[in-house]
Amino acid sequence: MITLHVNGRTRAVDDDPQTPLLYVLRNTLELNAAKFGCGLAQCGACMVLIDDEAVPSCVLPIATLEGRKITTLEGLGGGDALGPLQRAFVEEQAAQCGYCTAGMIVRAHALLSSNPAPTDAQIRQHMEMNLCRCGVHLRVLRAVRRASEELQKNRKSPASDSQP
Amino acid sequence: MSAIARKISRRAVLSGGAALVVSFSLLPAVRLRSAESSGLPGSLDRAPLLDAWIRIDEHGKVTVFTGKAELGTGIKTALRQIAAEELFVAPEKIEVITADTARTANEGYTAGSHTIVDSGTAIMNAAAQVRVILLGAAAQKWSMQVTRLRADDGFVVSDDGKRVGYGELVAQRLHVPAGARSELTEPGRHRYIGKSLHRVDLPAKVSGGAAYVHDMRLPGMVHARVVRPPGYAARLREVDASRLEKMPGIVKVVRDGNFLAVVAEREYQAVTAMTALAAAAKWDEPASLPEQRDVFTHLLQQPAQTTTILERGTPAADSAKALEATFRRSYQMHASMGPSCAVAQSKDGVMTVWTHTQGVFPLRGAIAQLLGVDQERVRCIHTEGAGCYGHNGADDAAADAALIAAALPGRPVRVQWMREQEHTWEPYGSAMVTKVRATVQDGRVASWQYDVWSSTHSTRPSGNAGNLLAGQHIAKPHPQPPPRAIPLPDGGGDRNAIPLYTFANAKVVHHFIPAMPLRVSSLRSLGAYMNVFTTESVMEELAGEAGVDPVEFRLRHLDDPRARAVVELAAEKFGWTRRAQAPGRGCGFAYARYKNQSTYAAMAVEASVDRSTGAIELIRAVAAVDCGQAVNPDGIRNQIEGGFVQAASWTLFEAVSFDRSRITSRDWSSYPILRFSAAPQSLDVHVIDRPGQPFLGAGEGAQGPAAAAIGNAVAAAAGQRIRELPLQAPLARAIANS
Repeated sequence: MITLHVNGRTRAVDDDPQTPLLYVLRNTLELNAAKFGCGLAQCGACMVLIDDEAVPSCVLPIATLEGRKITTLEGLGGGDALGPLQRAFVEEQAAQCGYCTAGMIVRAHALLSSNPAPTDAQIRQHMEMNLCRCGVHLRVLRAVRRASEELQKNRKSPASDSQP
Repeated sequence: MSAIARKISRRAVLSGGAALVVSFSLLPAVRLRSAESSGLPGSLDRAPLLDAWIRIDEHGKVTVFTGKAELGTGIKTALRQIAAEELFVAPEKIEVITADTARTANEGYTAGSHTIVDSGTAIMNAAAQVRVILLGAAAQKWSMQVTRLRADDGFVVSDDGKRVGYGELVAQRLHVPAGARSELTEPGRHRYIGKSLHRVDLPAKVSGGAAYVHDMRLPGMVHARVVRPPGYAARLREVDASRLEKMPGIVKVVRDGNFLAVVAEREYQAVTAMTALAAAAKWDEPASLPEQRDVFTHLLQQPAQTTTILERGTPAADSAKALEATFRRSYQMHASMGPSCAVAQSKDGVMTVWTHTQGVFPLRGAIAQLLGVDQERVRCIHTEGAGCYGHNGADDAAADAALIAAALPGRPVRVQWMREQEHTWEPYGSAMVTKVRATVQDGRVASWQYDVWSSTHSTRPSGNAGNLLAGQHIAKPHPQPPPRAIPLPDGGGDRNAIPLYTFANAKVVHHFIPAMPLRVSSLRSLGAYMNVFTTESVMEELAGEAGVDPVEFRLRHLDDPRARAVVELAAEKFGWTRRAQAPGRGCGFAYARYKNQSTYAAMAVEASVDRSTGAIELIRAVAAVDCGQAVNPDGIRNQIEGGFVQAASWTLFEAVSFDRSRITSRDWSSYPILRFSAAPQSLDVHVIDRPGQPFLGAGEGAQGPAAAAIGNAVAAAAGQRIRELPLQAPLARAIANS
């Protein structure tokens, strides 16, 4: 058994330790968000946060992850309590098929966590490793910008404790 | 017929439960009318019963059924808006059920920008007729004039304050054929059509809700992986699967001729076993493919069926002043983000397949043939996948799942293709060659001769197992049916080959090549991408020869006021007359009406080219489109923006590579597509709404004009024109060699 810390919960899984995290998330833990896109760490559809870094989960054996903090898109909000990036993606309608969306939001979250007010060029550069085939790139950039601006606004009002 | 139908349905209103019997007795007549094409609007022609489209339960819950599939373009949202408009029910109260052979009308394929045209029109008219039936039922119930009643958010309300829910009125009354006339709502009073409502599917997609066939987890489900041959012509000589017996979780190894698959309890066990099985398989692998560098010559040497599709006036046979040019387009792929996936289960004599196919009905027939069963024994349910942009691996994955599930009765089988399987086995958009010879005189095109060579643009399942990889790979293979050209006006390789410009003398010839050295089928916009690229590239050059501004030059040859409107709007919003022109920086324009009968689209692009390396950068793009009555303007903008970016990727970067026996574009590094850094800085889409006009569709209108406007901007910036798609590599070579 391997113990994983996923979205604030401790989960013991009996998958082979060499199994990449993606398969364990999707099948054993029944978390849908991270997607199988290439299995080669080339497209970003499977991105999750390991501690605070956005990384592809498709080539990451679970044996290496004990004691690490794993956050998937589900951990960033859901239902009536969407996070700022999730809300921004809806507001900008920054998806078509949506297959790349989870990876996009996770990737953008890592950026805004370390740099809440990135320039447009920084956003573009940071998102470079995530592929989208429907061509919603400019909407994604707008959504990340929108979430960043919301965070700025909330930061100025002391009552808010909103995280990206 | 429709008068009788209406009369009987009125009687059915009175008798309630008898309605079912009455409408069954109507069926033969309805079929007769369908066969003669009744002229009912949209897909009502194929499925005239109102409750094929709209059902309302006794609690007033409204369900709308479409035979089309949600491919990620937002049709569920748009169809719901249309139904809400004519039913007078808030959109959020309406559930939309998409393509399912057991539940919805057969609307063929979800393709060709036809969904809103076919299904939207059917639902709009059906909903209006349902509303009239419900108003009539309330009028009878209250013995009131129907003019004193109105529909209001799921209720019929009278002018003296009475109120009754649709659920209380509906009984069996919707199981009747549609009439010829519908009382459609005046466009000026629309509350939902024309509004940019948010997509219904996004909340789940931004938060990890179950949204895709990939996310299905049925009780007892097992995971399968196929091992495909290394190349099209490879034959399995031997495979020793004994090593797999010791591997954990293995349920079954399936071998049938060249079809090889492994099933395991857990997904990664299946992946590991697939790798082992692939290593154990020995293939005979003849060199069957042409040399990639000779592929265009190879195609032109194949026998072709030649058809003259336009002959007008007397195009000059030869002219010293003619502009002559040959254009080439490489094989390009759909390259969906999610490799194809399907779940199948054989239970109680029925094979159920959950699939992201574009056509559940044509796929059902093909799978039934593959399994050797009646098609009533197969049910195909559309479940979303990643965007497909045409005929990708979806149908093949569904066939794989069905074939494997047939060997494991009772157990749901999930098949997930690997990335390299999607890249190497999906059917590509065909390589194409076009040739133009044209002359200008007195500022107009005097003569236009156009030839296009292409393999087929459709090898869809269409009820034939020979079109499925599994059907081709099993020991007793189904022969692939000979490819056929898609007839005009839609066309395949010749889609948009006929220019809509008012050329006095023009001839267009389609050379259909039955051979297909690489597997090919429908890729978004089919031949229109290449034909519009060619036509609009030449128009820009001819404008230069004539010394006329390219926008003005196009307008001189356009009669259709809607065509002129998109051209003028795109030019105005772009600031065409004030555009920057400097070495290394240039602008290009393009216009087309998709399929010569669908979306009107005009685009202007500004690009830069590094004249020492040839590196292309897209700076900005402006589009103007007219899709008829706009259902969801932001949905249209999203389609055109996405179409532009995807076409930019094809146009700048994409070519399928292969050696003599294998496809070598196996992943995102060997088949690079556009990333964020290559997207333009800005991309503005302006929608011209045409309230009350027919829907025209939006999904594919951008592909051709985007390619041509980019090509024209790059030519202006580079100071030389590249006539080979994709542009980036040949441009860099041309600059390096100069």
